[in-house]
Amino acid sequence: MKTTKEMHKPILAVGPFHPLQEEMEFYQLTLDGETVTDIDVRISYNHRGIEGVSETLQFDQVPFLVSRVCGICSASHPLAYINAVEEIAGITAPERAQYVRVIINELERIHSHLLWVGLGGHFIGYDTVFMWAWKYREPVLDILEEITGNRNNYGNVKVGGCREDIPDEQIHKILKDLDDIEKNTDLLIKAVLDDPIIHARLKGVGILTKKDAIDYAVTGPTARGSDIAIDVRADDPYAAYGDLDWNVISQPEGDVFAKAVVRLLEVQEAIKIIRQALKKLPKGPVAIEVKEIPAGEGCGRAEAPRGETFHYVRSDGGNRPVRHKIRAPSFVNVPSFKASCIGEDIADVTITLAAVDPCYSCTERLAVVDSHSHITHTYEDLMQLSRRKTERIKKELGYTGLKMEDLHIG
Amino acid sequence: MKQQELENKLEQIKDKLIGIEKKSDTRIYLDCESENAPDVCRYLFEDVPLRFVIVTGIDAEHAFEMLYHFSNDETGTVVTVKAFIRERENPSIESVAPFIPGAEWIEREVHDILGIDIKNHPNLKRLILADDWPEGVYPLRKEVKQ
Repeated sequence: MKTTKEMHKPILAVGPFHPLQEEMEFYQLTLDGETVTDIDVRISYNHRGIEGVSETLQFDQVPFLVSRVCGICSASHPLAYINAVEEIAGITAPERAQYVRVIINELERIHSHLLWVGLGGHFIGYDTVFMWAWKYREPVLDILEEITGNRNNYGNVKVGGCREDIPDEQIHKILKDLDDIEKNTDLLIKAVLDDPIIHARLKGVGILTKKDAIDYAVTGPTARGSDIAIDVRADDPYAAYGDLDWNVISQPEGDVFAKAVVRLLEVQEAIKIIRQALKKLPKGPVAIEVKEIPAGEGCGRAEAPRGETFHYVRSDGGNRPVRHKIRAPSFVNVPSFKASCIGEDIADVTITLAAVDPCYSCTERLAVVDSHSHITHTYEDLMQLSRRKTERIKKELGYTGLKMEDLHIG
Repeated sequence: MKQQELENKLEQIKDKLIGIEKKSDTRIYLDCESENAPDVCRYLFEDVPLRFVIVTGIDAEHAFEMLYHFSNDETGTVVTVKAFIRERENPSIESVAPFIPGAEWIEREVHDILGIDIKNHPNLKRLILADDWPEGVYPLRKEVKQ
C-alpha cells in the first residue's frame, strides 16, 4: 500500500470543451478531498492572431477588426484603439461623437452585466435569475440595434468620430425604453441582492484579497470588488465621461457577492450616465475627416464591462499600424484564479471562475431589422417563415408525415 | 499620488535610464537598456507604487523593444518603461514575474510570439501558440511577417 506521500493527487479537468462555456478554456484543478489545492489554466484554443492581422489593415479598417476581439466588448475595444490613434494624431473628435461613444459603451455595459448576472444565476443553479436577467437584457440590445444597425459588433466608432449618429427624433424613444429597462432591472437588482440563497452561495466565496488583486494586476469589477476603486472612465477620462455625473462602485469584501454587487449597481449608474448623455447631447457633426496618421505611439484605454481594455499603437507615418498590442481585461483577471480558487470547495469553484466574467459570446437573434428595405420581422413572422420552410422541405423530399404504423411499435 | 509627486519619484531612478520622454502630461516613457528593466520595473511596482498594466513586445527598427506599461490611476498617467534588447541572435531579458505575478502570462506570450528568452521566469511554458506550432518560428518577428 502506498503511503500518503507517494499517492497521486487527483486532478479534475474542466474543459477545454465544456457544456457551460461557449469559449474554450482548460482548467486543471488539483484536489485534496473536495478542496482545491492548485489550479492550472490553459488558454488560447481560440487564438486568431488579431494583433498580427491588425498590422496588415489600414488605420480606418482596424476598428472593424478589433470589435471582433470579443462579441460582448465590441464597443470598448474599438474605442480603446481609437483613443490610442487619436492620441498619436493629436485630434479630438467632435463633442457630439464623444457623447454618442459614451451612450454606446454604457449600453454595452448594461447588456454585458445583465448577461453575467444571468450566467451567474445559471452556474449556481438559480435559473430564474438567468431567465429574468436575459429577458431584461433584450431591450438593451434592441436599442443598440436601432442606433448602430447591430446587436453586437456595432462598428460605430471611427478615427475622428462615429459612423452613425443618434438622430434627435430617436432620443425620446430611447429615454422611454430606458425608463422601462430601469424599472425592470431595479426589480431584478433588489431581488438578487436581497435573496438569502444567493447570499448563502456567494458571500465569503472565492475571496480575492486586495493584495492579490494588486499583485495579479486585475481590473474592472474584479478589482473594484476587492476594494480597489479604479475605473478608467474616472481616472483617465475619455469620450464625454468627464462631463457627466456618476459614481465608481467598489466593495471591500473581495468575494463573489462583492463582484455581483459592483456589476448590479453599475447597471444603475450606466442608466444614469446614458440618460444624462442623451439629454445633454450637443448639436453638431458626429465626425471630422482624418486624412493621415503621423508617426508616433499612443496608449488608448477604455473601461470595458470586464475592466480596463488597453491598446498600444505605433505608427511609422504610413497607413497601417506597425505594432498594435491589445490587452483585454480577462488576460489579467483570469490568472487571479490562482489566488481566489485555492482552498475553495470544488462546488464553489464554478461560480468563482465565472466571477471575473471571462468572456462568452452571444449572437442569437429573435428580431431581425433590415434598415435598408425597412422590413421588420417580428418573432411571429420568423415562426411563420420557419414553418413555411419546413413545409417546403417536406414537399421537396416528398415527405408525407409521420405514420404510427411505420414505427413498428411492439 | 499627485502628478508632481510621481514625477519626483521618477527622477530618482534616472541613473538607470537613457532618458525620460514626456509625450504629454499623462503619457511618460522611460527609456532604458534591457539589463536595467527589471530594477526599474520593481521600483515602479513596489516603491512608487504603480499598477502593472501589460507588456508590449516589438520587433522594432534596430532592436527588440519591451514596453512595460504601468498606470498611476489617481492622475490617469501611463508610465511606460521602454527597454531595448540590442542582441538579435539570442535576445533575452530578465523576468519581472517573480515580483509581479500579473506579468507571468504576458512574458510567456512575448516568448511565444517574438522568441525573446525570459530569464528566471517561474513557468516559461507556451501560452498562446498551438501545441503543433513549429519550434523556433516567432509570428511577430519581421522576417516571419514578410
